[in-house]
Amino acid sequence: MTISAIGITKRFGEFVALDDVTLEVAGGELTALLGPSGSGKSTLLRVIAGLEHADAGEVIISGEDATGRPARDRGVGFVFQHYAAFKHLTVRDNVAFGLSIRHRPKAEIARRVDELLHLVQLGGLAERYPSQLSGGQRQRMALARALAVEPKVLLLDEPFGALDARVRKELRGWLRRLHEEMHVTTVFVTHDQEEAMEVADRIVIMNEGRIEQIGPPRELYETPGNEFVMSFLGPVNKLGDVLVRPHDVELLLEPNGVSTEALIDRITYLGFEVRVELELPNGRKLWAQTTRESAAPLEPGRTVHVRPRATRTFDGDGAETRPAGDSPWWDRRVTMEVHHS
Amino acid sequence: MSSGRTEPVAPGARGSRASRYGLRSVALVYLALILVLPVGMVFFRTFENGLQPVLQALSDPETLHALYLTVLIAAIAVPLNTVFGVFCALLMVRRTFPGKAFLSGLIDVPFAVSPVVVGLSLILVYGRTGWLGGWLAENGIRVIFALPSMVLATIFVSLPFVVREVVPVLQEIGVEQDQAAHTLGATPWQTFWRITLPAIRGGVTYGVILTTARALGEFGAVSIVSGKIAGQTSTLTVHVEERFQQFDLVGAYTSSLVLAVIALVIVLAMTVLKPKEAGS
Repeated sequence: MTISAIGITKRFGEFVALDDVTLEVAGGELTALLGPSGSGKSTLLRVIAGLEHADAGEVIISGEDATGRPARDRGVGFVFQHYAAFKHLTVRDNVAFGLSIRHRPKAEIARRVDELLHLVQLGGLAERYPSQLSGGQRQRMALARALAVEPKVLLLDEPFGALDARVRKELRGWLRRLHEEMHVTTVFVTHDQEEAMEVADRIVIMNEGRIEQIGPPRELYETPGNEFVMSFLGPVNKLGDVLVRPHDVELLLEPNGVSTEALIDRITYLGFEVRVELELPNGRKLWAQTTRESAAPLEPGRTVHVRPRATRTFDGDGAETRPAGDSPWWDRRVTMEVHHS
Repeated sequence: MSSGRTEPVAPGARGSRASRYGLRSVALVYLALILVLPVGMVFFRTFENGLQPVLQALSDPETLHALYLTVLIAAIAVPLNTVFGVFCALLMVRRTFPGKAFLSGLIDVPFAVSPVVVGLSLILVYGRTGWLGGWLAENGIRVIFALPSMVLATIFVSLPFVVREVVPVLQEIGVEQDQAAHTLGATPWQTFWRITLPAIRGGVTYGVILTTARALGEFGAVSIVSGKIAGQTSTLTVHVEERFQQFDLVGAYTSSLVLAVIALVIVLAMTVLKPKEAGS
């Protein structure tokens, strides 16, 4: 049950939502489309589902050309951000909808719906109406409804976007487990990098209608292909053209030869994590992410010694470059000015 | 006596009690004068001389024919306007096409134009000297001074109600439920009957009530195109006027009351038939 979207272009008036995008999704995989709003990720998902028609390109679902087919003939299950619950139908009838329009025997429908409601842990709420459910319950109902017709692929458009933080976390783990049980090819859209990293086998990073990079979460985090990917997957300090993750900024109480002095501006405690905001001698600001233990001796106004464990630089085309020359890592203003002119 | 402290006073509490009752009485008196009193008087006058004259007026063949005609016209106009109204609302909310604003304006024309003008314009088109009338007369089709023109006039004046009630509901529900139905395998037709229509049922119901009320009560346009032939092209409203001018007050009041009762029954029936929407 693979998905291929080949050379997809989609415009809304003057705005180019997708610019010649090609994406292959392998069978049984759980893929995240990750990007900021307006990056085209939802549009790509809707083009695959047939809810939006591309201006150019092809969509192939499990080997069959689906480009010209309406959504109902594509064998996709779709889950919407705002649930799209059928408000006038009970939970049971919502889930049964796809089977009942296919005129399946009543007994079979009832059995299948019970199975699915059990799977999404809504067994006791079958006779309720959507308005009597919480957001998380509605979204689980929507998922059961999509799964009822045994779709070839499951597409989820910001499925947890409308839920509060706690429920969102719970449903993430739950989607992951569900996928491990059912192994249906799944693509979900999110703008939350943590959600993508936690749930997906593979992440597709999108920006301005194009794909920036595709890879497993760890690979993307550790070897980002360009500055956009690096800064979208987690916080970064940008010092000239040098990028360093806050958790790679090491704080030392004594100089060690390669370190640089820095003045502590502010310390923020976030439970286990502590954020230390610093100012370098050249006036640049950066922050370090550290633990409560390491931060214990630190206080605002104190001078510490800073050393990056790892840094990255990318040239104007986004490709990674190694810093050359003997200027210190944190003071490459000259190089930066060359890049930005 | 002034204490240094100020007591917090909830808005609408003690101080404004008088003004609250004042506002209520204004609303009640206003409604009583323009609504309750006149309608109550019709009721009172109808039964002033007991039940006998009323029954007599009710069994009058002309009254019965007028009642039959009124119901018949409504039974044709209301379903047509309902289907057209839902179709038009779907078109206006879910499609973009050139001339959409023009169509929207056009639908409101019956609100703006006086029914008398509607009647006259129908005569201009379908009357003996009208530009379609000649051809119709040659082919033996009678429109003006007959049922077709009365139905046309009624459709015209009651056209906007369903559209105007359904459009906001459609805008509110959006298209996601329909799209979900599509992805689940539903054809556009199945989606309409199983998802869209139940979702807009409240708006449609209210639109139908208003359309029916308007169709039953229409006087101006119908009275012009009907020719007011008693026992033939006289509807209940026309009949009321005719009886009133002939000083048959009990007849006029009785027919008025019949109109009011039909309207009431429709409103009640719609309320009872309206599906229970859980939790909302």
